[in-house]
Amino acid sequence: MRLALIADLHANREAFSAVLAHAATQRAERHAFLGDYVGYGADPGWVVDRIREHVAAGAIAVRGNHDAAVVAGPQPSMIADARAIVAWTRERVDPAQLAFLAALPLKQVEGDILFVHANAWAPADWAYLDGRSEAARSLLATDCRFTFCGHVHVPMLYHLSGTGKAGEFKPSPGIAIPLSPQRRWLAIPGSAGQPRDGDPAACYAMFDTEAQALTFHRVPYDHAAAAAKVRAAGLPERVADRLAGAD
Amino acid sequence: MQTEGSSAPASLEVGQVVDGFRLDALAHRGGMASLWNVSRVGSDASSDVALPLLMKVPRLRGGEDPTAIVGFEVEQMIMPTLAGPHVPRYIAHGDFTRLPYIVMERIEGRSLRERFDAAPLPIDEVALLGAKVATALHDLHRQRVVHLDVKPSNIMLRRCPDGSDGEAVLIDFGLSRHDLLPDLLEEEFELPMGTSPYMSPEQVRFVRNDPRSDLFSTGVMLYHLTTGKRPFGMPSSVRGLRRRLYREPTAPRTLRADCPPWLQEVILHCLEVRPERRYQTAGQLAFDLQHPDQIALGERAGRAGSGSAADVIKRWFVSLRDSDPVEGGAGGQSARSPIVLAAIDVDGADPALLESARTAALRLIEAERGARLACLTVMRVNRVGMDELLEDDGTPRHLKLLVALRHWARPLQQALSSPGSADRDAATRVTFHVIEAVDPATAIVDYARRNQIDHIVMGARGSGRLRRHLGSVSARVVAESDCTVTVVRAPSSAG
Repeated sequence: MRLALIADLHANREAFSAVLAHAATQRAERHAFLGDYVGYGADPGWVVDRIREHVAAGAIAVRGNHDAAVVAGPQPSMIADARAIVAWTRERVDPAQLAFLAALPLKQVEGDILFVHANAWAPADWAYLDGRSEAARSLLATDCRFTFCGHVHVPMLYHLSGTGKAGEFKPSPGIAIPLSPQRRWLAIPGSAGQPRDGDPAACYAMFDTEAQALTFHRVPYDHAAAAAKVRAAGLPERVADRLAGAD
Repeated sequence: MQTEGSSAPASLEVGQVVDGFRLDALAHRGGMASLWNVSRVGSDASSDVALPLLMKVPRLRGGEDPTAIVGFEVEQMIMPTLAGPHVPRYIAHGDFTRLPYIVMERIEGRSLRERFDAAPLPIDEVALLGAKVATALHDLHRQRVVHLDVKPSNIMLRRCPDGSDGEAVLIDFGLSRHDLLPDLLEEEFELPMGTSPYMSPEQVRFVRNDPRSDLFSTGVMLYHLTTGKRPFGMPSSVRGLRRRLYREPTAPRTLRADCPPWLQEVILHCLEVRPERRYQTAGQLAFDLQHPDQIALGERAGRAGSGSAADVIKRWFVSLRDSDPVEGGAGGQSARSPIVLAAIDVDGADPALLESARTAALRLIEAERGARLACLTVMRVNRVGMDELLEDDGTPRHLKLLVALRHWARPLQQALSSPGSADRDAATRVTFHVIEAVDPATAIVDYARRNQIDHIVMGARGSGRLRRHLGSVSARVVAESDCTVTVVRAPSSAG
């Protein structure tokens, strides 16, 4: 089965549409959404509705920290921009959409695969997986051979050998990487809705469960249109700049 | 890690069938793996029926030997990505948790190892074997893989129908590294990986992505085949390895009087401590070994005796300076050090067209520091009958063409050796070739294929009448060649 792994959509309708179209050309049979459907972007309601449709059709979806924040509402502890984004987003999702986000599980396990937004050791704490020692910590916290997560907006592949040595690998798009059965693997497909590695093209990955091969993809889309909507909505300028590849 | 505790698979026996492969005979039992001759049975028997098959079964001793496990894992990952005549064709692999194995094409031929027992070999054979190995490595590097364990026992020579040696085939990718796939070995070991007599200085320092490491190992093999001795002996400890790598090897000509200076130049060029002082691609090495008369002899060709104490220190200091990091691994290195072929019709072409071709060639080789330029002209001969090989004044025709070709390239060589692009090796970067052929297009395409050419520059025939009469050579080269082709026109001939 060909499983499309899509993370950190962040209410970016243009990126989501492009990724779904690309995944269809790659003969995706099922989708797994790795959290953060809302926050930053201008189309939270539209994105959540598409996720709901996919979940109704059998897709996997887990909760991200932005989804949790929108459910909880603005908090005094948030920085000003985050508080503004959460408040803006809450006004644009209806009760059904909010209920859908509130009901999402923190993690989901299917066979040998763990789907989780941030990490396996404490999914609700949202700690970032910034390097191989965190990756090893996460891989040791689950029995699953494969962990697919988001949260970090840069595509990355980590692996842990039978002797406990962790390695990291920066993937190149379009190359099928065989995930050998002798080790455990943690893959971050990168962000679809807000990539942070300087390349504005949307990220996602495709896992072929039979071939046990993972292919990272980059999908160019009209990021200028998405950024224009962010500006028109009065959301922070920095969020719009990021869509063009700014730090 | 689930596999770690699994016991060694039950011993295999002749006649046993594993996943549709029948074990016909045990071909080899080594320290790391057993090799079985196998054949397909059942429904799959019809496919690949002509292809002899080999099953490689690693010897895993209860998870205590990470080298064998990870090496096998690496080979299982890399082999399916490889293609072409210089690697065994990959067929299938087994489920690691049940019975790990790889089934691949069995190479009918002999191991290069056999020829080492006979070293020193005739000079022609050394050059021929070296060119075959370099050609195979160039093909591997173009597929973005660095072998990292190049040694005689990892090279096979395909047997041709007439019994002679064919192409070189690289085997055993257990230490290899693919540019675009994770390096599973990077984190695994505290000791340098490789086979000590052949290991490059950078491999001793854990660099695993430089295709020029394979050229160092090839240099060790060429040295051995030429002199009957290894340049750095058989170091057994890492310290010994470091020490010997930084000692200048005894010059091959000191050990073998009839070793030609060009061969010493080639061998010592491969054995340079710093990768950027070696050949930049295996294609360039193959090219030189196929054109010994074109090798510019430098200081290396004239070296004699063994390194003095001062040389040891010099070599050591040289090695301490950080080398430029390799950008883009195997694939990137080949792309940055292309061999450009200028196919020039020096005899008949319009001067403006010759000028355009020169400008295009210069742009290509100036863009990449490691680039080389091969200038070629085809001397057309008739299919039947005697050719006039002498000019009216008695000069041989091919010599006249060679002189014209050198004259065409003079401005290029001047541009390359100007102070701005000061380069000690500039003289070695341009070579000249006159070949005889009935059909120039086929000759140019064949030449490019044989010599690992990356880019052909040639002129379009300007005159419509001539082109109608003789056909367009450039159009056929564009259609038939494997590499990039730039066809230039003279500015004035447009319209």
